[in-house]
Amino acid sequence: MEKIKLTIDNKEVQVEKGATILEAARKAGIEIPTLCHMELHNMNIENKPGGCRICVVEVQGRRNLAPSCITEATDGMVIRTNSTRVLNARTTVMKLIVSDHPFDCLVCAKSGDCELQTLAKQFGIRDIPYMGEKSTYRKDTSPSIIRDVDKCIMCRRCEMMCNEVQTVGALNAVNRGFMSVVAPAFEMDLIDSPCTYCGQCVAVCPTGALSEVNHTSEVLRALSDLNKTVVVQTAPSVRAALGEEFGLAPGTLVTGKMAAALRRLGFDYVFDTDFAADLTIMEEGTELLGRLKAHLAGDKNVKLPILTSCCPGWVNFFEHNFPDLLDVPSTAKSPQQMFGAIAKTYFADKIGVNRKDLIVVSVMPCLAKKYECQRDEFKVDGNPDVDYSMTTRELAQFIKQANIDFHDLPDEDFDTPLGESTGAAIIFGNTGGVIEAACRTAYEVFTGKSLDKIEFHELRGIEGIRSATIDFDGLPINIGIAHGLGNARKLLDEVRAGRSKYHAIEIMACPGGCIGGAGQPFHHGHSEILAARAKAIYSEDEQKVIRKSHENPYIKKLYDEFLGAPGSEKAHELLHIHYYDKSDEITIHH
Amino acid sequence: MHILVCGGTGCQSSDSAKIQSNLEKELALKRLQDDVQVIRTGCFGFCEKGPIVNVLPDNTFYVEVKPEDAKEIIDEHVIKGRRVERLLYVDPEKEKHVEDSKHMGFYKKQLRIALRNCGFIDPENIEEAIAHDAYQALGKVLAEYTPEETIEVVKKSQLRGRGGGGFPAGLKWEITRKSVSDKKYVVCNADEGDPGAFMDRSILEGDPHSVLEAMAICGYCIGSDEGLIYIRAEYPLAIKRLKIAIEQAESFGLLGENIMGTGFNFKIRLRYGAGAFVCGEETSLIHSMEGKRGEPTNKPPFPSVRGYLGKPTNVNNVETFANIPAIILKGAEWFASIGTENSKGTKVFALAGKINNVGLIEVPMGITLREIIYEIGGGIKGGKKFKAIQTGGPSGGCLTEKHLDTPIDYDNLLKAGSMMGSGGMIVMDEDDCMVSVAKFYMDFIVEESCGKCAPCRIGNKRLYEILDRITQGKGTIEDLAKLRNLSSVIKDTSLCGLGQTSPNPVLSTLTNFEEEYIEHVVDKKCRSGQCKNLSYYVIDEELCVGCGACLRNCPVHAITGEKRQAHHINTDLCIRCDACIAKCSFDAIRIQSEPKILAHK
Repeated sequence: MEKIKLTIDNKEVQVEKGATILEAARKAGIEIPTLCHMELHNMNIENKPGGCRICVVEVQGRRNLAPSCITEATDGMVIRTNSTRVLNARTTVMKLIVSDHPFDCLVCAKSGDCELQTLAKQFGIRDIPYMGEKSTYRKDTSPSIIRDVDKCIMCRRCEMMCNEVQTVGALNAVNRGFMSVVAPAFEMDLIDSPCTYCGQCVAVCPTGALSEVNHTSEVLRALSDLNKTVVVQTAPSVRAALGEEFGLAPGTLVTGKMAAALRRLGFDYVFDTDFAADLTIMEEGTELLGRLKAHLAGDKNVKLPILTSCCPGWVNFFEHNFPDLLDVPSTAKSPQQMFGAIAKTYFADKIGVNRKDLIVVSVMPCLAKKYECQRDEFKVDGNPDVDYSMTTRELAQFIKQANIDFHDLPDEDFDTPLGESTGAAIIFGNTGGVIEAACRTAYEVFTGKSLDKIEFHELRGIEGIRSATIDFDGLPINIGIAHGLGNARKLLDEVRAGRSKYHAIEIMACPGGCIGGAGQPFHHGHSEILAARAKAIYSEDEQKVIRKSHENPYIKKLYDEFLGAPGSEKAHELLHIHYYDKSDEITIHH
Repeated sequence: MHILVCGGTGCQSSDSAKIQSNLEKELALKRLQDDVQVIRTGCFGFCEKGPIVNVLPDNTFYVEVKPEDAKEIIDEHVIKGRRVERLLYVDPEKEKHVEDSKHMGFYKKQLRIALRNCGFIDPENIEEAIAHDAYQALGKVLAEYTPEETIEVVKKSQLRGRGGGGFPAGLKWEITRKSVSDKKYVVCNADEGDPGAFMDRSILEGDPHSVLEAMAICGYCIGSDEGLIYIRAEYPLAIKRLKIAIEQAESFGLLGENIMGTGFNFKIRLRYGAGAFVCGEETSLIHSMEGKRGEPTNKPPFPSVRGYLGKPTNVNNVETFANIPAIILKGAEWFASIGTENSKGTKVFALAGKINNVGLIEVPMGITLREIIYEIGGGIKGGKKFKAIQTGGPSGGCLTEKHLDTPIDYDNLLKAGSMMGSGGMIVMDEDDCMVSVAKFYMDFIVEESCGKCAPCRIGNKRLYEILDRITQGKGTIEDLAKLRNLSSVIKDTSLCGLGQTSPNPVLSTLTNFEEEYIEHVVDKKCRSGQCKNLSYYVIDEELCVGCGACLRNCPVHAITGEKRQAHHINTDLCIRCDACIAKCSFDAIRIQSEPKILAHK
């Protein structure tokens, strides 16, 4: 690779040809402020529209200032990143952006996490000499996402995630000039658009223009109602990220403190979605083996590959985009919904509480889960299996609100019976984890042999699309993995065209899987945070004594006492679901 | 004998089609239809006096012709050989009829290269174009020159892009030629968006083949077999004539497969723009053609390297292309002999505003503004005093008296704080308020900003708001500093050419007419009287008879006075609604820039 040399703020720096000025500066240890720019290393996600003009620098010999995020560094360039001309331009542009932004930081969902606020502080903005009209666009609330478009600064990150990364196409720049915003086309609301509620737009929004629907007050009300028994379940990836909200290093596992905090918040039973993840493996694994065996036996009615269905964003995506393939995904419900179904039947009976008086709260890394638990298919006589779904961020906020000193909490265990889980369940949080967990069980059930090596490293990694062939005792099973809906689309297009070589495919809507979910603490584009969370997840698996779902004693007990066998009629009634065609649900209101 | 009738958009909207059909009817009645041909041409340029009818071979130039004049033209001029005096152009100075357009001030100083055939040929008849040398240059290039040699000719001519940027055309062709790709495109930028500008439209309406031919030459040079013309959908006549021209050229084997039997293929298609000003910027134009949002992206990569559908694309403006065939036929040396050191050839300008001869002109580079305004333009309307001329379109700048003798070329205009732009020229006189002029242009810019980058999206809006405040009398002296800082930051940080030049009207008026700004913010006065909130409604005591009509009709009770005594308007209460003026039968109420009566009528 050709190297070039340039001078930035009197420092000489050598970079590879093709690097931007911003990259060169960072290499030299010079931090140029950015706003619209977004870069997720290793994930091929890069947003550089060059729209905010905050990162401008002075290049000797150039007429105007150069946006460092999109200007290629060239040999011999002499750059100033902090000359008075640059500082004045940067501050003026910043003041312009702020002049077109609501001043309601005190009550903004993003307060404290807002990149605009952080920059305003860094720039020492104390007055806005250019006050004037503010651009405005109507607010839109969907089951998962709130769009407060007045706060949009046109960084276009959400548009990038929605179109290029996720290929959903729900959000685009609309209108011209001062009134430009990012919104669904044709004045649609999100609920009428092809939005999957994956929330990746929310995850990257630098301001409060996109945020999640907050359910904390509903949960608080349930907790204070003496007639209600409130149980909580926490998704595998939450424990690997929650600590970040309390200043702990990314990748710090806080499983025990989290359980303790939930107990202090007043939840009657602190359970674990991991239990339901093990249950999912039992059902989905059985379905996989069933379809596989029938396929091997030559049954032409059986479709392969089988696709995982734990991810509600992904389910929404194929309901919108691949309605012709509705019989391809597994019919198994997601762990959140399996938990709800079991909690409001098996567990409610066990403790003698009417399902209407049992409130199930989930803590999820996810925004699509908020929508999922509101779907009619997951209700019995109008009563939902899961009443409220909170994000990791909401839980952190709730803990702070209740002035619980998180650091001071002891490590506590989950309650039984729905709190016991295996290592197979925890890895659901990472891309490739569900299919690895399924392989651990399916291999042993299919071959009747015990696994020598529990970990399937060939299924791990961060590449958007991965594939591996697992040897099921002489039978090669082709596994495909995709995370990010754009990658999923590629695998689905293959399936649709009849070219797919896979027996089973795991799909997660969010890049990185649930650890990169839209309900997790904001990573502000630092992909090393995601890597640390992934590592934490695998380390918790390693520490578990039981690491295969079918060996979870409480799962065995559940089948013995209640469900019968995996795939039984009762299991189907409670734990499986059918999908439907949403392609014609996109409506344009005039 | 030929009778040429202007068929440009302007003259057509003044019934020139009817003139043509009446002429033909009259000729038929007199059984002269085989001896005299009526030809509908493109624009003559002298739009101020349209519709134009030109009788050849004696080159009689009739102006402001009406359909009912057809009979007289045939009876008198054609049959009896007597010119219709009353339809001739009157020289305003000598107050005499001018028969031949060669002697008209409007044409004397013009030099027509890009417009060489406009007004001379029927743009819908390729044979007429061919009779005027169309496709000869293409033939010459294909038969005698290699692509490299052709590019060398264009480079030597020193032709610079006429769309605004002024980038050397030959160099652009060379860069696109050197880009390696299986497919390349030639794009003609016909997204003319400046208010009041119609240079490109007139060329396409009057001589579409000059552009088609040049695009094919460009295609040959860069190694492309496909051309696209991005044209505003608001140009229906130009679109119609282009379609006809493409069809005719294809049927003559001058476009399409195996052109002139040389094995060179080149087809041209039209793409319609929806009228966004920013789509005249080449990266926005390309995005728009690709079906994406019309907004710019950073350069590099330049379209010559990565353009339409990711392929190397050579984008040139209509006028740039229109020069090419003439350069090939007459030689680079000829072209380079016209103009100034760094700006060769001619430039087409659309002359508008407070000027006698509104129209389309083509002049050699290096001509002065004085020559354009006073000789070609015939001076300021109504004998008023010249104040400023806006060049370079909405993001150009206002030049003044002191620039009148500066030779016009790319560099001098930039130095003077304006730019060549695509060629709009709007003349302002003493009645124009320069703050309002700046506000007018900022209104346009705010409307046309795509919204992608923050300084252009928000900054221009703020500039507009400050200017609006000033024209309303609510400005402060600090506002002037804000205007300066904002303008310089917007220029320094905006993403595309539009934003980088958008504050020019503000900066150039601030530089050249600072005292007017100060009057607005300090003295609360607008010398032109254009800013309503800074104007005073005053009753002339000598004319007022005290009838009370104004008093009774004032909605805010701002007028006081006894019966049969002179009345008085309280300026602090007055809302400047004009109700009093409408009711005064004695013409006693005046709007002026001072609170006191300045002079009696």
